[in-house]
Amino acid sequence: MLRIRNLKCYYGRIMAVKGVSLSVKKSQIITLIGANGSGKSTLLEAICGLLPGWEGEITFEGIPLKGFDPPAVVKHGISLVPEGRLIFPPISVLDNLKLGAYTMYRKRQHAAVKQTLEKILELFPILGQRAKQAAGTLSGGEQQMLAIGRALMSHPKLLLLDEPSMGLAPLIVEKIFRTLETLREEGITILLVEQNAQAALQIADYGYVFETGTVVLQGRASELLADQEVKRAYLGKDYGEFYDDK
Amino acid sequence: MNNHQTRNRICYAVFSLLIILAGYTIENPYYIQVLTFIGINTLLALGLNMLMGYAGQISLGHAAFFGIGAYGTAILTVHYNLSPWLALPAAIAAAMIVAYIVGIPTLKLSGYYLGMGTLGFGMIVNILFREWSSVTGGASGFIGIPTLELGPVSFSSGRNYFFLVWGFVLTSFIICQRIIDSRIGRALRAIHDGEKAASAVGVDTRKLKLQVFVLSAAFSALAGFLYAHLVFFISPGTFSFIASIRMVTMVVIGGMASIWGSLLGASLLTLLPEWLHAFSEFEMVVYGLILMIVMIFLPRGLTRGLLDIYERANKKNDH
Repeated sequence: MLRIRNLKCYYGRIMAVKGVSLSVKKSQIITLIGANGSGKSTLLEAICGLLPGWEGEITFEGIPLKGFDPPAVVKHGISLVPEGRLIFPPISVLDNLKLGAYTMYRKRQHAAVKQTLEKILELFPILGQRAKQAAGTLSGGEQQMLAIGRALMSHPKLLLLDEPSMGLAPLIVEKIFRTLETLREEGITILLVEQNAQAALQIADYGYVFETGTVVLQGRASELLADQEVKRAYLGKDYGEFYDDK
Repeated sequence: MNNHQTRNRICYAVFSLLIILAGYTIENPYYIQVLTFIGINTLLALGLNMLMGYAGQISLGHAAFFGIGAYGTAILTVHYNLSPWLALPAAIAAAMIVAYIVGIPTLKLSGYYLGMGTLGFGMIVNILFREWSSVTGGASGFIGIPTLELGPVSFSSGRNYFFLVWGFVLTSFIICQRIIDSRIGRALRAIHDGEKAASAVGVDTRKLKLQVFVLSAAFSALAGFLYAHLVFFISPGTFSFIASIRMVTMVVIGGMASIWGSLLGASLLTLLPEWLHAFSEFEMVVYGLILMIVMIFLPRGLTRGLLDIYERANKKNDH
């Protein structure tokens, strides 16, 4: 459903993504793994329209996304859970979620929004308990759930997640990743950017390994998990392994 | 949610009652005049609060829109003999168009840079008022602005003008409250917290910032119109850089992102100079000192500060 061909992204003169091609199939979890600065987040920003001036081709369900601004991308059914969560701290949890449905309110779909809201509160009951609290008072894990909930409010067909495990305890990471699997069962396609390669590959269907702006390796997640090269380069560096004791 | 709405309705009902009560019981024309000025300043603060307090975009040039409202109606009514009631929408429209044109390039800036950009704009407009003497009367000011009349009712008397101004204030409060409680209000606060995050959830930040800038210019122009027809004489000094700073001060002192804060801030900044006449030459020193003390002890403005004190007192009573 999402197809990227020969994508090149620049920050000024520096080329951060150097000709990446990848495709995401419907109702799958695709993961992009790789070290810091390998261009994973840049790629997500390019898809969302947050990064101006990329070259190449990005098509979503056959529609080219070139020149789209972020609101237009959201309207086409792509939602981003940004790196570092970027919730709105002084605004209440409930209003944060409602903000996610910003584009739905314009179309006067109040009833649909209410229904979605109930569904998300079912998915993350803790958010319901804290609905009136300012979002900044939530714990890291709860904030991540809020960020995912907010992204789901706009009924995305494709959910992009940028390092959802960042700074969270392994137990919480597991919980969030299990939620992603639930979402996949409901038919939402997920593009997951992660440094926690071990955890990401365990739930993903297909994976791409990034290194300094290019894809160095790709394959079924189970194969990547067993791949000697990946093990040496990424899984070995992953502290998750020590904790998981696998 | 409904709770919030009923509480707001009660607030506005009490507020309207207070306005009516004040209008009919206060006999002293001086008090009526001061209250009328508070109303005009409240409109200024309210408009700027929508931009600064909610959307988080600073403007150091808002006196320009205040001036465009005042000079707009003055020029149209005196030079072109237009009825003030036709000049009102024209002056507001002029301010909105200028805001739109100026807003497109300046709102791409943020933080200090936006402050500098709007500051420059305010100064240019002020120089225009001062130097374009054939139209604006130049530095010596613009005389002979007509009184407002509506059929048999003349707004020359203090009481009628008081009701006119506060009627506008009340309507503007309700309009702003409606905006804030809507999805637009949430989006504005989202822009305040993080533009990138706001656009990631689908908020068209550029368009929305421009819209709120135009809206706040409209409120300033309305205040300018009311000011011009109240004092009949305007001069460039009223719309200088200092006036812009005063507007910002009202918002910050009263409370950012609070409709009632605009009222409190405008009241304090209008009343203080009146009270402080007693200090004669030390007036400005005491004035500055009071503002400093408010900011040190109530850094989030009067509204939030007073609410905090009230909540703390309540907690103590519970124990």
